[in-house]
Amino acid sequence: MKPFAYDRATDADGAVATVTADPDAMFVAGGTNLVDHLKLGLVTPEHLVDVSRLPLDQVTEREGGGLRIGATVRNADLAAHPLVRQLYPVLSHALLAGASGQLRNVATTGGNLLQRTRCAYFQDVTAACNKRDPGSGCAALSGWTRYHAILGTSSDCLAAHPSDMAVAMVALDAEVVVLGPDGERRVALEHFHRLPGDRPDLETVLEHGELITAVEIPPLAMARRSAYRKVRDRASYAFALVSVAAALDVQDGVVRDVRLALGGVGTRPWRARVAEEALVGGPATEAAFAEAARAELAAASPTDDNAFKIPMTRSTVVAVLSGLAGEETR
Amino acid sequence: MEADLTWRVDGVEHTLAVDTRTTVLDALRDRLGNTSPKKGCDHGQCGACTVLVDGRRQLSCLGLAVAHDGSEITTAAGLVDGDELHPVQQAFVDHDGLQCGYCTPGQVCSAVGMLDEVKAGHPSAVSDDLEADVELDEDEIRERMSGNLCRCGAYSNIVAAIEEAARA
Amino acid sequence: MTQQLDTTEIGAARGRVDARAKVTGTAPYAYEHHVDQATYGHLVLSSIARGRVTAIDATEAFAQGGVHAVVTHENAHRLADVSDGELAVLQSDRVGFRGQIVAIVVAEDPETAREAARLVQVTYDEEPHESVLDADSPDLYAPDQVNPAFETDTDEGDVEAALAEAAFTVDAVYETPVQHNSPMEPHQTVATWDHHDGRDRLVLLDSTQGVHPVRQTLAPLFALDPQQVTVEAPFVGGGFGSKGMPHANVVAAAIAAKHSGGRPVKLPLTRQQTFTLGGHRTPTVQRVRLGADADGRLDATWHEVVEHTSRVKEFAEQTAVATRLMYDSPNRRTSHRLHALDVPVASWMRAPGEAPGSFALEVAMDELAVATGVDPVELRVRNDPASDPESGHPWSQRHLVECLREGAERFGWQTGVPPRSRREGRWLVGQGVASATYPLNVMPGNEAEVEALDGGRYAVRIGAVDIGTGARTILGQIAADALGCPVGAVELSIGDTSLPFATVAGGSAGTTSWGSAIVAAARALRDEHGASPAVGAVARGVQPENPDTEQYSIHSFGAHFVEAHVDAHTGEVRVPRMVSVFSAGRIINPTTARSQLLGGMVMGLSAALHEETVIDPSGRMPNHDLAQYHVASHADIGHLEAHWLDEVDEHANPMGSKGIGEIGIVGAAAAVANATFDATGVRVRSLPLTADKLGG
Repeated sequence: MKPFAYDRATDADGAVATVTADPDAMFVAGGTNLVDHLKLGLVTPEHLVDVSRLPLDQVTEREGGGLRIGATVRNADLAAHPLVRQLYPVLSHALLAGASGQLRNVATTGGNLLQRTRCAYFQDVTAACNKRDPGSGCAALSGWTRYHAILGTSSDCLAAHPSDMAVAMVALDAEVVVLGPDGERRVALEHFHRLPGDRPDLETVLEHGELITAVEIPPLAMARRSAYRKVRDRASYAFALVSVAAALDVQDGVVRDVRLALGGVGTRPWRARVAEEALVGGPATEAAFAEAARAELAAASPTDDNAFKIPMTRSTVVAVLSGLAGEETR
Repeated sequence: MEADLTWRVDGVEHTLAVDTRTTVLDALRDRLGNTSPKKGCDHGQCGACTVLVDGRRQLSCLGLAVAHDGSEITTAAGLVDGDELHPVQQAFVDHDGLQCGYCTPGQVCSAVGMLDEVKAGHPSAVSDDLEADVELDEDEIRERMSGNLCRCGAYSNIVAAIEEAARA
Repeated sequence: MTQQLDTTEIGAARGRVDARAKVTGTAPYAYEHHVDQATYGHLVLSSIARGRVTAIDATEAFAQGGVHAVVTHENAHRLADVSDGELAVLQSDRVGFRGQIVAIVVAEDPETAREAARLVQVTYDEEPHESVLDADSPDLYAPDQVNPAFETDTDEGDVEAALAEAAFTVDAVYETPVQHNSPMEPHQTVATWDHHDGRDRLVLLDSTQGVHPVRQTLAPLFALDPQQVTVEAPFVGGGFGSKGMPHANVVAAAIAAKHSGGRPVKLPLTRQQTFTLGGHRTPTVQRVRLGADADGRLDATWHEVVEHTSRVKEFAEQTAVATRLMYDSPNRRTSHRLHALDVPVASWMRAPGEAPGSFALEVAMDELAVATGVDPVELRVRNDPASDPESGHPWSQRHLVECLREGAERFGWQTGVPPRSRREGRWLVGQGVASATYPLNVMPGNEAEVEALDGGRYAVRIGAVDIGTGARTILGQIAADALGCPVGAVELSIGDTSLPFATVAGGSAGTTSWGSAIVAAARALRDEHGASPAVGAVARGVQPENPDTEQYSIHSFGAHFVEAHVDAHTGEVRVPRMVSVFSAGRIINPTTARSQLLGGMVMGLSAALHEETVIDPSGRMPNHDLAQYHVASHADIGHLEAHWLDEVDEHANPMGSKGIGEIGIVGAAAAVANATFDATGVRVRSLPLTADKLGG
C-alpha cells in the first residue's frame, strides 16, 4: 500500500473541493472495497478523503412518493428500513443477498454503486488488464471466465459488475444524485455505469472529484410485489453467477407492466429492456417469460467457461417471473 | 504517514499514532498486542477478524484504523465479564462449537452482533416475509452467520450454541 | 492383540481443555507471540510459470525507508542441501511455477514490508511452460511409488477377461479438481537466529502439524544438528495436511532471519500466497471399469488414475489405493500416472488418496447399482470381502455392513424409488449412499515422558501438536487411564521440540502413535518406580511396535447417507441432511470425536458442492482467495449426524481406537453426487456439483 494522507471530511462541498483539486486523491466511505484494493495494489492514491461521517445517512420519503437514500446509508440499514421492506422488497432482498452481515454493516449505498469488478485478473497486478492498466490487454480473454459477463462485453473487457443492490435499483429506475464542483446533477442509474467498449478503465460517468450524495427511487406501486433471486456457487456469501430483479403487474393473465434487471451477466447492472418490451401486453406464461429472456440474451457473447449463464439466466428469469405471476393471481 | 488515533478497545482507552495504512485489525494485533481478532484472509472473505465497532459486527481487516478515531471496539477477549464468559462464548464451549479455534473469536463476535440485529428486527436473505418478526430458526442462523467461515467444519455445533444463547 | 487399558477417562465426553482460551481469542497462534525487536517479512512471488530471474531492482523498495533487506537468489544465505526443489528457496535463478518465492523483503513494520515487496522490480527470461493437466498427454509417467510408499500399479487375475464376460459393466471417467486445504490460519512463522550453548540456534514459532518434523527437515538445510533447531507450535489454526510438512515459507522465514541483523522475522503468508506455497490436492482424471454378474457381484474392478505433479518436486497421490481392498472383486487392476507440469507443488490434503479415489469408485458403484437394478446399499453389502483382498490378511474388524445397515435405518433409506421421482416445491429430492474406509496408520518412533509430581499429579510430555483435533484434551484422558489417575491430575505439555519426539498430526495417526507412547511411558513409570512413584520420578516410554499391524488389515469404515435437493429451474444443489455411521474402534472422547467426524463430513460436502482451484493456461491460480475458492459456509451445511458403532479394536493399539480425522471426508462427495443423480436423473462425474452441471 502506497503511503497516503488521510482527511476526514466535515462537509460534502469541502470534500468535493479537496478531491477535485488533487488528481491523486480519492473518496473513501465504508472502505470495504477500497481497502481491499489498496492492499492488492490495484489503486495507489496519495490522499484519501473520508466521507463516511458526512450527514448523508438518512432514508427519507420524497414529496410525491419514492425514497431518497443518503449515500452513506449502510447496506444493512437500508435493507432493514421499514419503507424499503414495504415499498421495494426487491431492494431489501438484493441487499441481503450481497456480502455478509459484517460487510453490510459497513458498506455504503454510494460505495456499493462504485464497487469494482471481481474479475480475478483485474485483482492481480501481474495480469494484463485494460481496466486497471489501459492498453495492457486482457488476461481474462485467455483465462478463467466463469464469473464474467455475457452482456455488454467488448473485445477489451469481459468484467462483470458485482453489485446486487445496483441490479435492484436499476430495475426500479433509480437516479444517482451527484455533487460536483459546479453543483448537483442527477444521472439515471441505468446510464451511470458505462459499457467497457475500448475504455474499460472508465467505469462510470463520474468526473474526478464528483461525489455521490444520494440515490433516489421513484414511486412504483407494483414494486410492493417484487423479487430478487441470486444463483451462486454457495448458498450465501458469494457473488452471483446470475441474479434477477423483477417487479411484475399482471391482470387477467396479461402483463401490464414489468421491471426486469440482471446481475452477474452484465458489464454493468443490466436493465433488461428488450425482455421488458417483449413481455408487456403479452401473456404471463412460462413460455412467454422464457421467450422474453431469450430475446434479451440474443445479444449475449459468452465464453466456453460462462456459456451456461445463458440457460441459467433464462431459467432464473422464468422462475422469478412465474413466482411473481403466481402471487399476482393467487 | 502517521495520524493520531484515540479509541476504546475492550473498555480501555488507547491513544496512538498509526500509519494511515494500518487497518483496525493490524492496529489491534501488531500495535496493541490484542490478537483476539484473527487474520484469516485480510480481504473481507472469511470473517475471522470480526469485532464489534460501537456495538455492530464489522470486519476489522477492511477498516482503516485512522478512520476509527473515537470508536468503541470490542473483541472476543473483551466480551468476558470478569471471569465469566459471555453467554455466547459459554454456549460455544458447551456445544464444542470450535476446533482449531482460529475462526472462533470472529464467530463469537459475529454471533453477538447478529443476535442484536435480530432483536432490532433486521430481516435476512432467508426471511420469507420481510415485514414479519424474525423467527430465529436454524436456517436464519446459518444465513446470518455465513460471513464466518470455519474450515474445521464446526458449523453444526456453532449453530446449536447460538440457538441456545438466543433462547437464554 | 495389544494389551488394552482399563478405561475410565477414555470414552468420557470431555469438553475441550483449551475451549476458554479459544472462545476469547487469547490462545496464541504462531504470529501472535510477542517477540522483542520483531521485523516483518513479505514475500515477492514469481509472475511467470517457468524461466529465469534475470534482474531484481530493489531501489524503489529501499527508498521507502524502514526496509532492512531484500533477499534474492543473488544474496540469500546458501543452504547446505538443495535437493528438495520446493525447499531450495532463493538458491538459484530458476522459476518453476507461477507464485514461487523470488524475493523476501524484511522491514520495520508490516505496512512497509508489503509496500516494499510491491515495489521490487523483477525481470525474467520467460520459457514456454505447461500448466494444464492432460490425461491423454504422451508425457505421462509412472512414479516409483505413490504416497507414502504404496505400489504404483497392481494387477490381480485377468481384469480384461472378467470385464468381457461380465453381465453388467460400468466404464466411466471421473474428475476431481485441484483443491486447497485452506486452514483458517494461513501459514506463518516467526524465525530467530541466536546462540545457545556456544552454537547457532534457529528458533521457530510455526504454524505446523509437527514440530519435530519441522526440526528434522530444516536442520540439514542449514547444516545444523537437529538440537540446534527449536520449534514451538502451541496453537495451530488448522492444517488438514497443508502444514504436515514444512513448505517453502518456513525455509524463507529462516533465511530472512539470516538477513535481519539478528532480529526475529515474522513472516505470514497472505491468503493468496498460501495457494501456491502451501500445497494443494492434485487434480485427478480417473477411469473406473466395473464388471459384475447378474446379482451385482463384482468380478472385475479396474481403476486408472492420472494426476498432475510439479516439475519442482514430485508428489504422487495414492488415489486408487483404497480400491484395492474396498470390495470383493477377484480381478483387480489399479494404476497411477503423473503429468509433470510447471505448477506449484502438490501435497497432502485430508485423506490424500481416499478422498478423490472414493469419489470415482463410489459413484461407479452407484452406476452399477442402476445398471443391475440392485439397491445401492445392498450392492455394497453383497460385495463386502471376508478378508483383505489385497494382502489376504484377516480384517481386525470390518463392520462396513453394520455401518450401512445402521445408517440406512437412521436415515430412512428408501428402496425401489426411481430417480427424479420426488419433488418438494421447487426442489427435486434425492437420496445417495457411499462407503468410506481409511487405514490405521502408525507413525513409528514416538516417545513420551511422565514425571510424578506432588499431590498425586503427573506431568506428561510429548512433542505432539493439537491442530484443532482435540489432542490436547484426549491425550490427557489417555494418560489418566494409563496412569490410573483422574484426568485433572495430568499436566500435559505438547507443541514444542523441547518435549520428546513425536510424529506429525496427520494420517489420522496422532492418537494411535502419540497415545501408544504415552501409555508406554506410564507403564515404564510403574515398572521402574512402582505404584506410588516418588515425587520427581521420571520415566520415558517409546511407542512399541505392534505386530498385529503385520498380521491384520486394520481399517476404519463408514457409510454416508445424503439427501440432496436440486432446484428444478436453476440446478442449485443443497444438502439439507446427511447421516453417517462409522466403525473406528473405541471412541476416546465422544465430544471431540463427533466434532472431528462432522468436520470431515463438512469438508466432504464442501468438496462436493464448491471447491475447485482453477489453474489457467498462464499457470495462474486465478481464484486464489476465499471469495473465489469457495469452501462451505454456514448456509451450505444442513442437519448433520455422525454416529459410530460401539466397539473396540484390540488389534489397533492399547486404547482400542482407530483414526477418525480423515474418514469423515472419504466418500462424502460421492454420496452427494449419487443423491443429485437420484434427484435429477443426471449423472455428474466431475466435482464440484455446481448448478451449471445440473440445471438449464
